[in-house]
Amino acid sequence: MSDHTAETGKSVFTLFNLVAGIIVVMGLILTFLRFTGGLSTVTNLSDYNPWGIWIGFDLLTGVALAAGGYVTSAAVYIFGMKKYHSAVRPAVLTGFLGYALVVLALNYDVGRPWRLPYPFIMQQGTTSLLFEVAACVALYLSVLFLEYSPAALEWLGLKRARNLAIKLTMALTFFGVILSTLHQSSLGALYLIAPSKLHPLWYSTYLPVYFFVSSIIAGISMVLFESTLSHRYFKDKMSRTYLDEHNPVTLGFGKAASYVLAGYFIIKIIGISVDNNWHLLGTGYGVWFLVELLGFVALPCFLYAVGVREKNLLLIRCTAVWTVLGVVLNRLNVSLIAFNYHLPSTERYVPHWMEVGITLFIVTLGVLAFRFIVTRMPIFYEHPDYEDAH
Amino acid sequence: MGDVFLTLQDFMTFTKGVTYLIMVAALCGIGLFWRFLNARDDD
Repeated sequence: MSDHTAETGKSVFTLFNLVAGIIVVMGLILTFLRFTGGLSTVTNLSDYNPWGIWIGFDLLTGVALAAGGYVTSAAVYIFGMKKYHSAVRPAVLTGFLGYALVVLALNYDVGRPWRLPYPFIMQQGTTSLLFEVAACVALYLSVLFLEYSPAALEWLGLKRARNLAIKLTMALTFFGVILSTLHQSSLGALYLIAPSKLHPLWYSTYLPVYFFVSSIIAGISMVLFESTLSHRYFKDKMSRTYLDEHNPVTLGFGKAASYVLAGYFIIKIIGISVDNNWHLLGTGYGVWFLVELLGFVALPCFLYAVGVREKNLLLIRCTAVWTVLGVVLNRLNVSLIAFNYHLPSTERYVPHWMEVGITLFIVTLGVLAFRFIVTRMPIFYEHPDYEDAH
Repeated sequence: MGDVFLTLQDFMTFTKGVTYLIMVAALCGIGLFWRFLNARDDD
């Protein structure tokens, strides 16, 4: 086999491809071990800690970071902010891949993954939050697939199907916002069942609100983060329009993120106040809570504001990365770090390296799928046949 | 803040009182923050 692609003349053996290839091979081996040996072979999960990093990171963080799809679609199609239109397709693609990988990760995590469709076909358990999450994630993945499909259909040259999909845009956007509001908050509501396990500083009856509001922050920041990376690695795939709108999108999204972070900071403070948890701030967990609240909520809120005020695009982009890390930290705090806080250290959950390996494998699959799609389909540019379609 | 509350009424009165004060401060703070964020837009 030649080590050069016929089309571009670039070497296949780039550093990125080699690292990604090694991770994929490792992931396939770990996948074999997981599905032949069971959960105990590759995880440190136990009866105390039935939900580990695959739920805390792959699912909770994955769903939050995939929120850019509904946030951007709502801004453009519902609130009429057409100047951000060029951000819709990359955001929807990121959201679609994010949710697809969440569902993939769920197959690793549940004991009997072939029973995942059971909520829909066996018994509905409609009083269960997990039923609502399952229904919303399944429906929203379908919605994101349909929202993304015009790009694929344009690439395939299927004009009639593409035009039909475009006609559904408004309905899909409304449906997407409704479904996202439901399941983003429900993921937080899942932890309402464990008031004695989750540390009081993170446990609050407002958890569903916190998860929903922080998902908006995560979605906006992820769009900024993704556009920064795309700008660096796929600039040759971007149209003039996309490049021209890049800076206004960064400023507009930075301002939105700053406002939402300010609101999120206030409701977090109110959460401490209504439960009268002020005295816990002086403990070890309290300091950790303040690191999250001040370092990953208040600080990015201020940095976004300064970035927008000074029109400092680099500061906004760096803040987006910091904010994404903050959302990851928040979800890990709720699901792992502050969960089972009262247990002795010997009983606490620390992920097995193979769990981390599978998580890395799934993230790598997402990056590879993103690269495959944006290098072939009209994501960063208008397809020549539809340039006047908007 | 490690007050001892003998009744739920005491607890609610105290926490709601503090929360209302925070909300008033937050409303003022949001206004100032809005001005800070948009101050350069008029230039």
